[in-house]
Amino acid sequence: MCRLAAITASEYFSPLENVYALETMKEGHDGSGMGLMLKDLGGFAEPLKEYPVLSGICSNDGLKRIEDYMLAQGFREVHMWNPVIKPLPGVDKKDCYFAKFYDYPVSYKEKPWKEKELLLLGTRLALRRMGESDESIVVFSFYPDVITLKEVGDPLQLAEYFGLDRDGLKARIVLAQGRQNTNYAINLYACHPFFIQGFGTMTNGENTAFVPIREYLMSRGFQGYTGYQSDSEVFTHILHYTVNRLGFPLPYYKHIITPLKRQEMEGRPDRDALLLMRQSMRMLVIDGPNCVIGFTPDGTCFMVQDSKKLRPGAVGGRKGKYALMSEECGIDKAVPERDRSEDIFPMKYDMVIVSPGAQEVKVWNQLKN
Amino acid sequence: MEPTEKLDKNHQLTLKEFPYTISWRDDRCTRCGQCTAVCPVKAIVPDVRVERVVSSEGSLPAPKVSRRVVQVVRQVNDIDRYCTGCAMCQLVCPNAAIEPEFNPSHKFLHFKNKGGDAYKRGGRRNDPSPSTLDQLKFTRISMLTDPALDAGRHEFHLRTFLGRILPPESLPLKAEDGRLVVDRKSDVFVPPVREIYPIMIGSMSVGALSPPMWEGLAMGVAYLNEELGMPVVMCSGEGGMPPRLLKSRFLKYYVLQIASGYFGWDEIVRALPSMVEDPAAIEIKYGQGAKPGDGGLLMSYKVLKLISSIRGVPMMVDLASPPTHQTKYSIEEAVAKMIQSMSMAWGFRVPVYPKISGTKTAKAVLNNLARNPFAAALSIDGEDGGTGAAYNVSMDKMGHPIASNIRECYLDLVKQGKQNELPLIAAGGVGKKGNLAANAAALIMLGASAVSIGKYLMQSTADCLGDENNRCNLCNTGRCPRGITTQDPKLYRRLDSSKVAERLVDVFRAADTELKKIFAPLGRSTELPIGMSDGLSVADKAIAERLGISYVC
Ligand code: SF4
Ligand code: SF4
Repeated sequence: MCRLAAITASEYFSPLENVYALETMKEGHDGSGMGLMLKDLGGFAEPLKEYPVLSGICSNDGLKRIEDYMLAQGFREVHMWNPVIKPLPGVDKKDCYFAKFYDYPVSYKEKPWKEKELLLLGTRLALRRMGESDESIVVFSFYPDVITLKEVGDPLQLAEYFGLDRDGLKARIVLAQGRQNTNYAINLYACHPFFIQGFGTMTNGENTAFVPIREYLMSRGFQGYTGYQSDSEVFTHILHYTVNRLGFPLPYYKHIITPLKRQEMEGRPDRDALLLMRQSMRMLVIDGPNCVIGFTPDGTCFMVQDSKKLRPGAVGGRKGKYALMSEECGIDKAVPERDRSEDIFPMKYDMVIVSPGAQEVKVWNQLKN
Repeated sequence: MEPTEKLDKNHQLTLKEFPYTISWRDDRCTRCGQCTAVCPVKAIVPDVRVERVVSSEGSLPAPKVSRRVVQVVRQVNDIDRYCTGCAMCQLVCPNAAIEPEFNPSHKFLHFKNKGGDAYKRGGRRNDPSPSTLDQLKFTRISMLTDPALDAGRHEFHLRTFLGRILPPESLPLKAEDGRLVVDRKSDVFVPPVREIYPIMIGSMSVGALSPPMWEGLAMGVAYLNEELGMPVVMCSGEGGMPPRLLKSRFLKYYVLQIASGYFGWDEIVRALPSMVEDPAAIEIKYGQGAKPGDGGLLMSYKVLKLISSIRGVPMMVDLASPPTHQTKYSIEEAVAKMIQSMSMAWGFRVPVYPKISGTKTAKAVLNNLARNPFAAALSIDGEDGGTGAAYNVSMDKMGHPIASNIRECYLDLVKQGKQNELPLIAAGGVGKKGNLAANAAALIMLGASAVSIGKYLMQSTADCLGDENNRCNLCNTGRCPRGITTQDPKLYRRLDSSKVAERLVDVFRAADTELKKIFAPLGRSTELPIGMSDGLSVADKAIAERLGISYVC
């Protein structure tokens, strides 16, 4: 199993907090890898919020190719953050880990946000394709105010490796996942969290319906629905499809992946809508076992369970800081000063939603709402 | 003098040419005559024979030869009265004195064309080898990284949709106060969709089946729906339905079929104003897996009073439906028009879909239907399907196996992103070797939304004797020894409709358990594993490659 540790706060904090929380849940993961996704950046990145950040790993040759490509596309680099790597035994050091901040090409400066967003997505996918065969370029996200770091190894060691304690890297939302993908080949693209156009998620569990869901997403005619080195990547894309492509309110994510039974829909004002969705989106129904934690572009964080609640998950905290973790000990580590009796253990119908800035937490019950 | 021809019996067939030979035991037979009376084809006859008996009395051997006349049961060597291997004689014999034996080196087809009549029969393709479906295994078993589900404890949703499904992008939904509601002002046409059990009962007509058989199935279907809550639907086959049923509330469990002869549709159209329920769907039959290119055929001796009234034809005439719809000159126009007119007849409240026989051209049909927003599904009937009457050559040699046909159609829909818009119904050979649930599950994982079964049900609910060694298969003759496919009261009174109903319920309940037993370890319960091809494997590289599934050994 893997372990998930997400923190959302009104103040900037160091991703080390997530790593320490992961460490408390060590019994539940095998320390085989870590992925970190930071949103709403602070520290040195605070003044750079408007610039899209390209996060990834590359070889020296790959770096040159990235720079040439970005230049050719008209992107202007405004800043580059390289973690100061402290080589460690057992971690296969790559030439370059980077987060490059870019300014948009001149021709895009005045374009609407939707178009800029598509440009960023297209650029990330193009870079991904460029480096896929020889693994010279691996890119995880290209979006304003978001940085992604991934590597194979023990999370605590990796924190040291990346110098997270030294670099002053901070954010208001951090997703962290400990463990490499186990169901398919080990590949950095298979490591959670996954990102697309402002949406990020990570998952604990296996997705048994991966193949038809992948086929369905890939056939939606949206270029971003690709990759799928991990069966969990589809959770990010279903979220994006629901909210971004279809324009549905966030709670309908739950209705799509774990629809209500017909009898349970009766009497609801949205019954007819749910019935149509149940038919129309049956290819996206999951069976779990899964606990999904994620964020949306506005900074809302959530946790959601499969329809049988086969994976652990808990949410706790106080106004201004909430932790969404696989286990309660992780919350204890991240937000010790809280009322533990208010911790939430979402069950099969629940979606826990923490509002942007960690202002309030709500349990949205699929059956009752 | 006798001509030599008669003396040496030249131009007569030896019993070695026959597919089944009768083994009869003189010592056990009490000459009760039950076997010869029951034999549907008079392949055995009571006969007399002169026997040479050598006997000896007293303490020393003193053989005496005498001759006596004895009664025997003899198999005739007339090709028109060939033993079909049905084993009714064995069934009725009180002394286990008689049984048919299959003769694998027979030359039956060399001779079964007397008078220039090509061999016609009922049944299925004569190929006893295991089908592709039977070779597929379910190999992705959830283990430690992902708890397998429990078929006995977890809730399962074994339902599917029949009807054209709108893609999410086209749903007429709008958000109101954070809640999605159907936009009533939208002019988007939302096609009718039924939620049904994924195993459907395929088209077997009232005329092809005897009254107790049809009634039995109908009673079973009503029980499954109303008592067990399993929404199993059954197709009428060509030739309509009894008018009382058409006007009853049970109509919603039936798919009405319209085929090239349009038999029964006068009555259906006449009953329309008095219908209290809509049918589950309308199936337009363009082809049938068992006999592609062969039309429907109901022999005159099956067209008695009831059938003639339902079908609106005189009694005792052969009812042949043409192999194709006479109006079908192009798929774009004729098929679309037919779908539209049938939809219109029920105010667009009933899904209308075509059924074709498995064919290399299925993808062309599929693509056309995919573009037709009124097409509710595509049913493909593979070569292993059954029929009441057809030319042997059509049954044995024409058609396409269902597995690869369904798979390529599904993958084609995936390419277009329409895999959930146009449900595929797979038929033809489901349960050929008795593995109903496993075959159904495999087809679903290859991409079918539902499967349809016919002959498996005749075998399992009414002990139909037919098999892939051409056993029995007298369905076309009206002499069905089980009373399943006959209109002769002397024969069909052998069949008890309530037993058929009971068995139908047994079959569906057992299949339901087995489906759960298959889906649970695969980790699927809230939806059908449609297209979950990663769970399937086969120990044959060529099949694996063709179906796009993994090879295991
Ligand atoms: S097996 Fe059937 S066809 Fe053959 S002799 Fe017996 S009853 Fe007649
Ligand atoms: S038992 Fe009846 S239905 Fe079955 S093969 Fe024989 S004739 Fe046909």
